[in-house]
Amino acid sequence: MNIHEYQGKEILRNFGVAVPNGRVAYTVDEAVEAAQALGTDVTVVKAQIHAGGRGKAGGVKVAKKLDEVRTYAEEILGKTLVTHQTGPEGKEVKRLLIEEGCDIQKEYYVGVVLDRATSKVVMMASEEGGTEIEEVAEKTPEKIFKEVIDPVVGLSPYQARRLAFNINIPQETLSKAVKFMMGLYEVFVKKDCSIAEINPLVTTGEGDVLALDAKFNFDDNALFRQKDIVNYRDLDEEDPKEIEASKYDLSYISLDGNIGCMVNGAGLAMSTMDIIKHYGGDPANFLDVGGGATAEKVTEAFKIILSDSNVKGIFVNIFGGIMKCDVIAEGVVEATKQVGLSIPLVVRLEGTNVDLGKKILSESGLNITAAESMADGAEKIVSLVK
Amino acid sequence: MSVFVNKDTKVIVQGITGSTALFHTKQMLEYGTKIVGGVTPKKGGTEVEGVPVFNTVKDAVDETGANASVIYVPAPFAADAILEAVDAELDLVICITEHIPVMDMVKVKRYMEGKKTRLVGPNCPGVITPEECKIGIMPGYIHKKGHVGVVSRSGTLTYEAVHQLSEQGFGQSTAVGIGGDPVNGTDFIDVLKAFNDDPDTHAVMMIGEIGGTAEEEAAEWVKANMTKPVVGFIGGATAPPGKRMGHAGAIISGGKGTADEKIKVMNSCGIEIAETPAVMGDTLINVLKDNGLYDKCKTH
Repeated sequence: MNIHEYQGKEILRNFGVAVPNGRVAYTVDEAVEAAQALGTDVTVVKAQIHAGGRGKAGGVKVAKKLDEVRTYAEEILGKTLVTHQTGPEGKEVKRLLIEEGCDIQKEYYVGVVLDRATSKVVMMASEEGGTEIEEVAEKTPEKIFKEVIDPVVGLSPYQARRLAFNINIPQETLSKAVKFMMGLYEVFVKKDCSIAEINPLVTTGEGDVLALDAKFNFDDNALFRQKDIVNYRDLDEEDPKEIEASKYDLSYISLDGNIGCMVNGAGLAMSTMDIIKHYGGDPANFLDVGGGATAEKVTEAFKIILSDSNVKGIFVNIFGGIMKCDVIAEGVVEATKQVGLSIPLVVRLEGTNVDLGKKILSESGLNITAAESMADGAEKIVSLVK
Repeated sequence: MSVFVNKDTKVIVQGITGSTALFHTKQMLEYGTKIVGGVTPKKGGTEVEGVPVFNTVKDAVDETGANASVIYVPAPFAADAILEAVDAELDLVICITEHIPVMDMVKVKRYMEGKKTRLVGPNCPGVITPEECKIGIMPGYIHKKGHVGVVSRSGTLTYEAVHQLSEQGFGQSTAVGIGGDPVNGTDFIDVLKAFNDDPDTHAVMMIGEIGGTAEEEAAEWVKANMTKPVVGFIGGATAPPGKRMGHAGAIISGGKGTADEKIKVMNSCGIEIAETPAVMGDTLINVLKDNGLYDKCKTH
C-alpha cells in the first residue's frame, strides 16, 4: 500500500525523525491558511499524488509571498499531472502539502529496503540526492553505500555513522544524520514498510538534517496489524476495480486489453496473460482468485471482470490444488445468473475436484466453450474476441 | 531416490483442525503420506481423521517420532508456527500459508541460521515425491513416479508443468514448490543441488517468475556446477513494471527482475527456456532427446 508524502512525513515526525513543518490542504483557501500559519518567508506548494516525478511535471512550486501560494495552489489543485510514474493518463491533484522552505546546503539519498539476496533489511545512502536512485545505481554504483541490518540487534549507530561518513555528511551535522537514520529504520520495522525512501535528505544552513521528500510503501500482508496505516489509504489514488477486488481479498490488476482473465495462483495468472499475448490477444486484467476463495468470492471476481466495459471475452484458467474446481464452477454459474453473460466464455479446468467442476458447468446450461489445455483455451478465447 | 521427502518421512500437520488443513490432511493420507500427528493449541488429546492432535510441536515429535511438519496456520501466527517447528528440531518444515508479513520472515530466517531444519516456503504448494509422499496442497493424481526434478516459485505453474510431463510419459523424482515470497526458506540453488546429488533425477525443470534475482543466481550456479540438463520457464513476461503480480515477490522495480533479463542470463548459462507455459513439457522432452536421456526418463 502507498501513502502520500505528507502522511509519510507525519509518521516520521511521530518517530522523532526531522521533517520540515508543513500541513495538508484540500482547497486553495486551506493552502493560504496553512502558509499563514507556518509564517515562513518561503513556502513550498507540493502536489500530493502517489507518483514520483512531480517536480518535473510542474507539481512543486516555491512561493515567496502569500499571493504566490494562492496562485500556485489554484494552478496545481485539480491539475492532471503526467509523470514517468503515472502513465500517459496522469493523475489529478486533490491534495497539497504546504511546507516551509528551507536553506538547502546539499541533497543526499537515504533508503531502506528488503534485500532479497540476504533476507535482511538494507539501508542505502548516497551523496547523489535528488536524482533517481536507479539512475545512480546504473551510472555510478560506487556512490551507493549499503549496510545490511541484523534483525536481532537492528541498525547499530556505527553502521549509521559509517553511512554518514561514506556519503560525506559534514562533521557538525553527523550526529543529527545518525539520529535520522536510526529513526528511519525504526519506522521501517515498526510500521512494516516494504520501501522507505528519503530523496532528497538535506542538510540546511541552520545545521539541520531533514527529509525533504518521503516515499513509503507498506507490506500489504502486515496491514492487519497496522490500522493507523490503513487509515491513510486514499481510494482516489486507486483503480475502482482494484478497490472492489481488495474487499474480497482478490488479487486484481487492471490492464489495457479486452480479454478478462480469472486464474488461480499468481504464477499461472501471469503466465495466462503471457500466453494470451503469445496468441495475439490482449489481457484486460491480472486476477488471482487465491487458494482459499469461496464460491461467493469467485462470483464477485467474475462480476468485477464483467464490469470492465473493455472486456469482450473471458478466459477462466484453473489448475486446482488448494482451490477446488467445483468452487470455481459454482461461482461462475452464480455470477452469470446474477449479471448475465453476453460475451464468450472459455473455461479450462484441471486439478482438485475437476470432474465435479466440469459437471456443474455442463449442467448449468451456460454457453461455455470448454478448453482442454491452457494453450487450447488461450487460442480459443483470442479467436472468439476477434 | 528423491529429494527432501520419501516413503519414510513422518509428518505432523500444524494447524490440523482448520478447514483447509483438514481437507488436505485427508488428501495426504489418501495419497499414502505418513501423517503421524497434528498440532492445534488447546485441542491436544483429541483426534481428527484418525490422527492424534497435540498441544505443542514438541509433544507431537516426542510422541510420534515425526521428522517433518507441514504448516497451514493462518498468516498472523504462521511465523511463530515455523519457529516452534525449528525449535523441535524437525528435519523439514513446509509452510503452505500465504500472506505472512515479510518482517516476520526476516526474523524467522535469522533465527534459522545454524539450525538443522530445512524450511520450504512459505506461500508454496509443498513437496511431493510421486507414489511415496505428498506434503502440501498439490493435486496428487497428476504426478507420476520418474526422473525429472521440478522446482518452482509458483504452485499452479508447477501443476501445469507436472501435468504436461506426466501426460507425455515422463514421471518426476520430486516436485518442490519454493514459494512466491521474497524471503523464503529453501531457494532454487538448494533444490538444484539436491537434484544434482540425487542419482534418480536425470533432468530438472526450473520455473521462475518476474521479481528479484534468484533465477539469475541459480543460472550461474547451474553453469558452474550442474551435471544434469536444466530447462526453464519464467512467468510474467508481459507484466507491467511496478505492479505486484499477486505474489509479494513478483514485482518489477527499478528495472530489475524482468523476464527478459532472467531469460537472457538463463540462456547464457545453458538453460533452455520454454517459449510459452504450454510447452514447458515439450521443451524438456526435446532437451532429454538432445542429451540422450529420453529413454532413461520415459516412464510410462
